[in-house]
Amino acid sequence: MMIRENMPNRPRKTTWVLIATVILSLALLATVTSKRLASSRSEVATTSVDIDNFSFAPRQLTIPAGRRVTWINKDDVPHTIISVDHRFKSKALDTDDKFSFTFQNPGVYEYFCSVHPTMTGKIIVR
Amino acid sequence: MNKHMNNSTDNDGIDRRGFLKCMAWAGTGTLCVVQGGVLKSFALGDVLKQRVANITGDLSFVQISDSHIGFNKAANPDVTLTLRAAIAKINALATPPAFVLHTGDLTQLSKPDEFDTLAESLKSLKTDRIHYVPGEHDVLNDNGQAFRERFGRGSQEDGWYSFDQNGVHFIALVNVLNLKAGGLGSLGPNQLKWIEKDVSSLQSSTPIVVFAHIPLWAVYPQWGWCTDDSAQALALLKRFASVTVLNGHIHQIMQKVEGNVTFHTACSTAFPQPQPGQAASPGPMKVPSEKLNAALGITDVNIVRGKHTLAIVDSTLES
Repeated sequence: MMIRENMPNRPRKTTWVLIATVILSLALLATVTSKRLASSRSEVATTSVDIDNFSFAPRQLTIPAGRRVTWINKDDVPHTIISVDHRFKSKALDTDDKFSFTFQNPGVYEYFCSVHPTMTGKIIVR
Repeated sequence: MNKHMNNSTDNDGIDRRGFLKCMAWAGTGTLCVVQGGVLKSFALGDVLKQRVANITGDLSFVQISDSHIGFNKAANPDVTLTLRAAIAKINALATPPAFVLHTGDLTQLSKPDEFDTLAESLKSLKTDRIHYVPGEHDVLNDNGQAFRERFGRGSQEDGWYSFDQNGVHFIALVNVLNLKAGGLGSLGPNQLKWIEKDVSSLQSSTPIVVFAHIPLWAVYPQWGWCTDDSAQALALLKRFASVTVLNGHIHQIMQKVEGNVTFHTACSTAFPQPQPGQAASPGPMKVPSEKLNAALGITDVNIVRGKHTLAIVDSTLES
């Protein structure tokens, strides 16, 4: 009987251990993931650049390699995003239009608006 | 809202080095009268109401600017309507202009249908012909190719050209292409070389009228209202007794006289922009809708030979 009783218990114990392990792992994962999510959330926030009042905000942005940057035009006039050394180039963005570029390689990327060249910005990729 | 601006004297009107007069107001049109090679400007509304006497000349033409066809934001939801009002104003002039100059920003986004609407609207102008230069809004995605195909026939390279009318030499310049980061409007070395060649055979007494989109004088460099190499262009015109420079871009009337050169900027037919430094940016300025027409306008120019005066008349769409 003991054996019989233990027989079904053994897998039960194993199951509980497994479940506990899974829960612990999940908890750990959740912590790590939430940290990652939190950090990626803040990076997502800084990877968007607003074009407002004829300027780029932020004007200078530091990001890790592989990050994607999205520019959003909030002005009533068209603007462009052109890399000074021709590494990226947008079409003219009308109000609320967006342009994205993924920065794979570390370096300093200076850019400007070819319509209003006094508007300049910089992306630093680490 | 009409202003009469006459920066010339009855004597010669040209020998006032160091004299600087700069005025700005909202208006919609300028009548330019070239008298003896000097341009005088008058508010078009004053001309139409005959408040300005003796503005007839050997030649009169009208400047319009910054129509921004395609713009539909709060500052003016119907820019085609205000362009038509400007056309009606020109067609009401007692003396039809020999031609009309459009100093750029025909469109908001360089789109084919915007160019279509502009061209279609201007067909109703009672004038022989229209001369254009591009604004930065007309050359957005193709370096100005579509603009030149439609509005720059007969022009050279990036779209510059010249012509003569009644003894006055007109030079159309392009300063909205190949702009550099951190820079301003630009003419570029090729265009400067062309100007030198273009005027080389002219007598120094020949009145010169230069027109381009971005101001060829430092109106407000912080907002890009300036051309990087304009001083080099003006140096090439130094020997001429009378040089008049007509620009758009800043959507307001400003005038400055410096030596032999009179600078003048025209109103937009679409929407006003703030005075230099009076707003966070030079974007479209919203005024109460009942005041919009007073902030838009056209420019009429008259030229009389023998007098060193040239009359420029600005008038609003309201008057």
